[in-house]
Amino acid sequence: MPHVEFTPQLRRFLSAPAVDTPATTLRAALDDAFALNPRLRGYVLDDQGHLRANVVIFVDGRRCEDRVVLADALAPASRVFVMQALSGG
Amino acid sequence: MSNDRAWVATRKGLFEWRRAAAGWRIGRISFLGEPVSMVLPPRAGDQRMLAALNLGHFGVKVHASDDAGANWHEVAAPAYPAQPAEAAGVPWKLVMIWSLEMHDGQVWAGTLPGGLFRSPDFGRSWHLVESLWNRGERAEWFGGGYDVPGIHSICPHPGGELLVGISCGGVWIGRDDASAWTLQADGMRAAYMPPEQADSPNTQDPHRIQRCAGTPEVLWCQHHNGIWRSDDNARSWQEVTGAPVSNFGFALAVHPQDPDTAWFVPAQADQCRVPVDAALVVNRTRDGGRSFETLRHGLPQAHCYDLVYRHGLALADEGCTLLMGSTTGGLWGSTDGGDHWQAVSPNLPPIHALRFG
Repeated sequence: MPHVEFTPQLRRFLSAPAVDTPATTLRAALDDAFALNPRLRGYVLDDQGHLRANVVIFVDGRRCEDRVVLADALAPASRVFVMQALSGG
Repeated sequence: MSNDRAWVATRKGLFEWRRAAAGWRIGRISFLGEPVSMVLPPRAGDQRMLAALNLGHFGVKVHASDDAGANWHEVAAPAYPAQPAEAAGVPWKLVMIWSLEMHDGQVWAGTLPGGLFRSPDFGRSWHLVESLWNRGERAEWFGGGYDVPGIHSICPHPGGELLVGISCGGVWIGRDDASAWTLQADGMRAAYMPPEQADSPNTQDPHRIQRCAGTPEVLWCQHHNGIWRSDDNARSWQEVTGAPVSNFGFALAVHPQDPDTAWFVPAQADQCRVPVDAALVVNRTRDGGRSFETLRHGLPQAHCYDLVYRHGLALADEGCTLLMGSTTGGLWGSTDGGDHWQAVSPNLPPIHALRFG
């Protein structure tokens, strides 16, 4: 089952524990995490549901280039890391 | 509004300052390390306040306190609705909260990229004022100091109207509970536009607008190209041409009772945003702009490069206690209307906003 982890930088604002999800796309995996933790959504996505400009996501070690649809496919053993991008300071 | 407590919103936290016999001292620091773009201080008899954070990675957040900053909890942040595919122009994404005001039980938030939001429940929910956002004129607005336009001044009128100042989108008055808007920047002049568009009210850059509380028909504006005043609630604006040192600047303060008294902080020019001759001064008029005094006693007069931005000058309700903070973290205070200044702190983080309360 894909495993999603969130940067510990978020801990100063809210709890963001890792999530295991049966999702097959990145967007669906994030939606599962937000369903458990609704406030987290606004920290990762912007008003239009796009990935925030200074947040970056890695799927199995590869940085996601699609910041709008978030359609990256997930395999059962995928590991997803949601990180702060250093462009944000 | 007290004159012995002030809130300084900075690039690295919110600083509460308390004034005692020995002068101003830091009381409490909240959100240390986080950018605080604006603060809504407690009002008389009310301990509630709001702080707008602009997190570098995770976006705009709003925190509320019910006990004057002792404890904070996150509330909702304004959010733009889904952007229609055919909607051209700026992305409908909240960039920053640039202004916060409370009037008649509602909180108003002015934002980049130019949307005005209202909250009927002190930040638990926010609603975009679509009657302004959907105006066709918005397509002509553009950023002033930022990539996108923004609302930096919100001036309620006791009669119920709401004035907003937009960089760069002129001056708008909302009537009928902010459901109907008119553009009211006639008389202003934009030297940064092609000559044939210099008088266009929709592309004016009012850096900051304040209303005289005791005479609410009177408004003062520090504009990109000078100082303007209105004595008819923005139906017309008259340029004030006699300011010494420089007529360029960002911040102003208006006396709460005397509509002829106002303070300005001149800077050299838009292409060189430092004090003229590297000497920090404040211009004060007491006769509606017919004459000015340049106040410099106690302010650095050599090799000073501090810029006082739009919300960096605050005046207490009694009309004589002032605080002034710069984008390089200098903070000065006066208790006699600016005749004399005292250095409060030379090395705060860059100061975004400063308010008594």
